[in-house]
Amino acid sequence: MPFKSPEEYAKQTIAAVQEYSILCWTAITDLFSAPRYWADIFTQMDSIGVGSMPIIILTGFFTGCVLALQSATALTEFGAVSKTGSLVSLSMVKELGPVLTGLMVSGRNAAGMASELGSMKVTEQIDAMRALGTDPMRKLVVPRLVATVFMLFFLTIIADAFGIGGGALMSVAILGLNGSSYLHDSYRGLVHGDIVQGLTKPLFSGFIIATVGCYCGLKTTGGTQGVGRATTQAVVVSSVFIIIVDLLVTRMMIGIFGS
Amino acid sequence: MGDAERAATAEIDLKGESGPIVEFKDVTITFDVKPVLEGISFAVERAQTLIILGPAGCGKSVLLKLANGLLRPDSGSIRIFGQEITTMRERELFALRAHIGMVFQESALFDSLTVEDNVAYRLHEERVSEDEAHNRVVEALKFVELEQAIEKFPAELSGGMRRRVSIARAIITGPDLILYDSPTGGLDPITSTTIIELVMKQRDVSHTTSLVVTHRLQDAFTMATHRFDAEKGMVPLPKDGPDRGIDTGTKFLVLNEGGIKFHGTTEELVRSEDPWIKEYLG
Repeated sequence: MPFKSPEEYAKQTIAAVQEYSILCWTAITDLFSAPRYWADIFTQMDSIGVGSMPIIILTGFFTGCVLALQSATALTEFGAVSKTGSLVSLSMVKELGPVLTGLMVSGRNAAGMASELGSMKVTEQIDAMRALGTDPMRKLVVPRLVATVFMLFFLTIIADAFGIGGGALMSVAILGLNGSSYLHDSYRGLVHGDIVQGLTKPLFSGFIIATVGCYCGLKTTGGTQGVGRATTQAVVVSSVFIIIVDLLVTRMMIGIFGS
Repeated sequence: MGDAERAATAEIDLKGESGPIVEFKDVTITFDVKPVLEGISFAVERAQTLIILGPAGCGKSVLLKLANGLLRPDSGSIRIFGQEITTMRERELFALRAHIGMVFQESALFDSLTVEDNVAYRLHEERVSEDEAHNRVVEALKFVELEQAIEKFPAELSGGMRRRVSIARAIITGPDLILYDSPTGGLDPITSTTIIELVMKQRDVSHTTSLVVTHRLQDAFTMATHRFDAEKGMVPLPKDGPDRGIDTGTKFLVLNEGGIKFHGTTEELVRSEDPWIKEYLG
């Protein structure tokens, strides 16, 4: 592969940022005008939301289990093992639930969107759609955006719940804690701001997953090899974006709620 | 002028009888640094068929995509049904494309939809009732002699069948202009003849203006020297007739290295003294 000059690389990067920004803006503005493809929105909700539930449940549950075991070791030294529930629930709701759900859905769905749209691009199906009078932004991008943002919100709640449940199982079965006091401690450990913070993050992550997945798919060139490249790029870029935006949202929420 | 007004204007102009259906004036488009088409000018009149020939990579498919507004030129003017499309917004182009059918090089059927849903795609977008859409799909599939494949998925069809479905999808709304991008590309000679017969049938039955891109000279000359007969199918035009065995509504455009090498009638093409044309036809 030939090396690109720094000038060429800079131009391509700026052009990509510009194109991505235009895609995001167009997708947002298209939300507020007809035509809307409700059937496609519900199909995507089923595919993204219901389809991702098994991996989200497993990820949340085992993360909660590990978190309880790991934190109990440290908390025992301070004689605070009874605070395991509070630590697990805070970690899951504020940070691990939203981020891990975002990353898992990114791996599954950003890749799926990029490969599906990429295949359509290289086989001229996107052009055919435009030639038949349909706007691919409204038909393909907007339904994926709405479905991802909407379903990621609920998937995060499920991941949080199963994480706390996994922590409870470990605390009771291995650490010998009382189940009722674990759950009570988990509940008391959370304040309103924690919930808001934890449920704001998936809105941003959902937006990133859908727009990056669709952007990489719609910009695919170079046949089947290009589809593979777009898929990898979609997962890498969306994952990195999710972690960066997580930091920014966390800082913003600390600014608003103070913790 | 608002979208609705522009759409209304387009509707009025479509019904107009005067002026060419397709008109390119000094059109240039460049990919990266290399001009793919440079200074292209030609016009296609109502009910005329323009066969676009040229070696691979000379910009034939790009020219069709420009005519449908799928690509925008760097400079020049493109008028379709008298409407300047180079300055139109995408939303206005969607309204105009309702009058244009396009057959893509590799068919470009939606692989997640059945043949019926593929052919009815535009009707579903226009919110046509299910019963009417089904009847029109059956009619379009009968035209391409493929009604038995209505419930199949594109992956279950052969290359020729896919191309026929693509033609059915393009003609279902009775467009005023049809763009065929290598309709016989990659097909065996017998299947190619079937497809050319369908293109000819559409030309002679509906008298639709069309642009046909092909790299197969035999297909091009078959179209120029034959007509469709409802009973016998494809028949040669009589050599002792007034047009001396040549369809007068069919013209040729030959492209090479981004420019026009030839534009004219079948007779002018075969009698051309240009050495490159002679070698190309040879």
